[in-house]
Amino acid sequence: MNASANALEIRGLSKNFGALAVAQSIDLDLKPGARMGLIGPNGAGKTTLINLLTGMLAPDAGAISLNGEAIARMKPEDRVRRGLVRTHQINTLLTEMNVLDNVAVAIAERDGIAWRMFRYGGQWRACLAEADERLREIGIDAVADRRVSELPYGQQRLLEIAIALALRPRVLLLDEPAAGVPAAESHVIHDVLERLPKDIAILIIEHDMDVVFRFAREITVLVQGRILTRGVPSEIAANPEVRAVYLGRSVK
Amino acid sequence: MNTLQKPTLGDDRVSPLWHALPWLLALAFYFVGAGYHSLGTNILVYILLTLSLDLALGYAGIITLGHAAFFGFGAYTAALFAMHVYNEPVTGLIVATVLTGIFAALTGMLILHTQGVTLLMLTLAISILIAEWANRAHDITGGEDGLRVTMGYVLGLFRFDLWGRVAYLYALAVLFVWFLAAWSIVHSPFGRSLDGIRQSPPRMRAIGTPVWWRLVAIYAISGAMAGTAGALSAQTTRFVGLNTLHVLISGIAVVMLVLGGTKRLYGAFIGATIYVLVQDIAAKVNPFYWMFVIGGLLMATVMFLEGGLMEVLDIIRRRFRRLFARVRL
Amino acid sequence: MQTAVVVLLDGLAYGMVLFIISVGLTVTMGLMRVVNLAHGSFAMVGGYVAAVLVGAGMPFFAALVAGTVAAGLLGGLSEITIFRPLYRKGELAQVLMTFGMVFVTIAALTFFFGTDIKRLPVPDYLGGLVDIGFRTYPTYRLFLIAVGAVLAVGLWYLIEGSLYGARLRAAVDNPKMARAVGIDVNRLFTVTFIGGCALAGFGGIIGADMLPLEPFYALRYLVPFLVIVAVGGHGSFKGSFVAAITLGLIDTAGKFLVPSIAPYLFFGLVFVLLLLRPHGLWPAKSAG
Repeated sequence: MNASANALEIRGLSKNFGALAVAQSIDLDLKPGARMGLIGPNGAGKTTLINLLTGMLAPDAGAISLNGEAIARMKPEDRVRRGLVRTHQINTLLTEMNVLDNVAVAIAERDGIAWRMFRYGGQWRACLAEADERLREIGIDAVADRRVSELPYGQQRLLEIAIALALRPRVLLLDEPAAGVPAAESHVIHDVLERLPKDIAILIIEHDMDVVFRFAREITVLVQGRILTRGVPSEIAANPEVRAVYLGRSVK
Repeated sequence: MNTLQKPTLGDDRVSPLWHALPWLLALAFYFVGAGYHSLGTNILVYILLTLSLDLALGYAGIITLGHAAFFGFGAYTAALFAMHVYNEPVTGLIVATVLTGIFAALTGMLILHTQGVTLLMLTLAISILIAEWANRAHDITGGEDGLRVTMGYVLGLFRFDLWGRVAYLYALAVLFVWFLAAWSIVHSPFGRSLDGIRQSPPRMRAIGTPVWWRLVAIYAISGAMAGTAGALSAQTTRFVGLNTLHVLISGIAVVMLVLGGTKRLYGAFIGATIYVLVQDIAAKVNPFYWMFVIGGLLMATVMFLEGGLMEVLDIIRRRFRRLFARVRL
Repeated sequence: MQTAVVVLLDGLAYGMVLFIISVGLTVTMGLMRVVNLAHGSFAMVGGYVAAVLVGAGMPFFAALVAGTVAAGLLGGLSEITIFRPLYRKGELAQVLMTFGMVFVTIAALTFFFGTDIKRLPVPDYLGGLVDIGFRTYPTYRLFLIAVGAVLAVGLWYLIEGSLYGARLRAAVDNPKMARAVGIDVNRLFTVTFIGGCALAGFGGIIGADMLPLEPFYALRYLVPFLVIVAVGGHGSFKGSFVAAITLGLIDTAGKFLVPSIAPYLFFGLVFVLLLLRPHGLWPAKSAG
């Protein structure tokens, strides 16, 4: 097994749904601390790629390695334990629980105490305490007590991110973190994104070009399951093919 | 704002007095309920069955109409054990519980990767298959006639008396032990992760939860508990028949659970008591009258009272507290 | 050989009845994504209404229409009062509510009719035997097969060829998209639900020969109806047809050829099928 400097390495990842190729021989490298934006028109296969990486979809071919370890055959929960974490485009929060518990449950799982069938006692309190801290880092500790279903959408998106961070990821896959958030609230999310820990390798799917260009140091363009091109933001902005793909949508 | 003192599972804020109440009532009944002890034991058995279903369905969200399989499995195992191996009740109970738990674990492993109607169908299919087998294997199960069992002394010391008083205490003790276990599970990190699984399996997978294993675990425990209920039924009535495996038992368990309130543990107490009493009374009026009442109650509960009758109690309790607070001030 | 043909015809007739009753259920479950354990109740009610009317002197086909309409009306009433609030309450609530409905209908019918089988006499020209070459065979069963086939074809045209059918398919595949395109999904629900219940009533009436009418009907046949939906795939017309016919054939053949293991055979097969294909043979395209 090669000791690779890459946090995440994808080689030749492919997936077909019948005649439709949703992923075609994708190669991608993420170094530790990377900030990579993944853009492409609707239906390009961006979320599919994330599903392939997390294990919700099984690839037809290709290899994925996380910190040098081959994970393409691993179950989703094992990948999470090894530091591959994602957020969802549409919130998947525990709506009946409050904000604090949502994060605490993730911490309990991370620390391996979630299987214990005896009363929680000190360990659970430790989870709650750490959860409080995480919420403070993101800036939503004020609503720790509230039920998720009562939160405004923007804060729910922040909670998604908080939960992901609580799992101590080494590679973080953000699926449109600002999606559906009203413009007035989205700057909060952008701030959070900029303050994400520097050592985490981050792949972010986004449609909002402002966010991508501010946040990403490298951009990969995905079209119909294939990588069209990749490069630093200025190159991508100047690339005529990319502009064509977005059909005249202005790319700064 | 100290959030460390406010877990979201409601029961925690209940003072110990309320906890002791159902047990005190049950004990009191032992002394005053002359002539009705067998009815009381029946209620206790059903409480245990409903409790088991609360774990699987109420907390973990496993929608099942197949718990009769575990109830009947436990009942027949206990009966057969007493008949062919050793008829001391506690030993038979433990054997029946463990074997039913294994059965539940095995079937759970097969079916718990599915959800919704498919899962429901599979639980039904298992239940019907085993009922069918029991019907045909009348050499072992006694078929339509069932099995009559003679039980030995409980722990070698206490004889089951004709009025069913010893049986009542025996059932109460068993219920108490299982209740403690259920309580512990429900308020543990495991219980919390089950709650999460019920609300959103994808979310739990995304934080690294081995969802399938957790579900299998709780299904096995729930099945074992239902098996104990069946074994109790067989041992205290000294009879086991095909009705213990019938889908109707699964349905009745669901009704009792919903009436009392899911995710409330004590809801099982209320639901089972009401059901048995209604059935006993209504059946005297007309054999099918109870179906009408129970069906109607079920529909009304779902429509208007999602938390079951426990929710009514909660409301009452809250009003009391407000009342007392005002009085004190 | 003779017996093979008889078993085949019996199985086909049985399957047709199951199909007619279940197709409404699979469409509504696929369309409205509501679990409805009480579907058999509509079939049962239709059957009882027709039986009472025929007993009072009404001709068979008139009673058939009346019973079908009655089942449809009951369906419409239920949709408005019971099912609408259930859409957003989740699967468990739907299972419980409809399970309660089953209990209530069983109790009500027992109260009015007792527990015996309610006979639904068919007209003389449909009763009796017909010569199919090497032996005679009940005319009525052939009638059932014919009706089932005609209905299947008719429904197929309705679903594949008509505007209503197109709207229905769109709403089943992707309700959000359908709403966005301007389809009145709620009205579609109600109309389809009424149609499905009416079909169930129709099936309950003409199928009374093979599925005898008695108060526990709704519970007794709950499993086969649900199996057809689960195995065929929610919302799949083709799936429900194939599953119903297959189920009818296997069940009949099983009971005839290997009566001692027939139930094991049937449920064992269902079990294996669902394990391998949890979403049915023709799964609904969108999962949510």
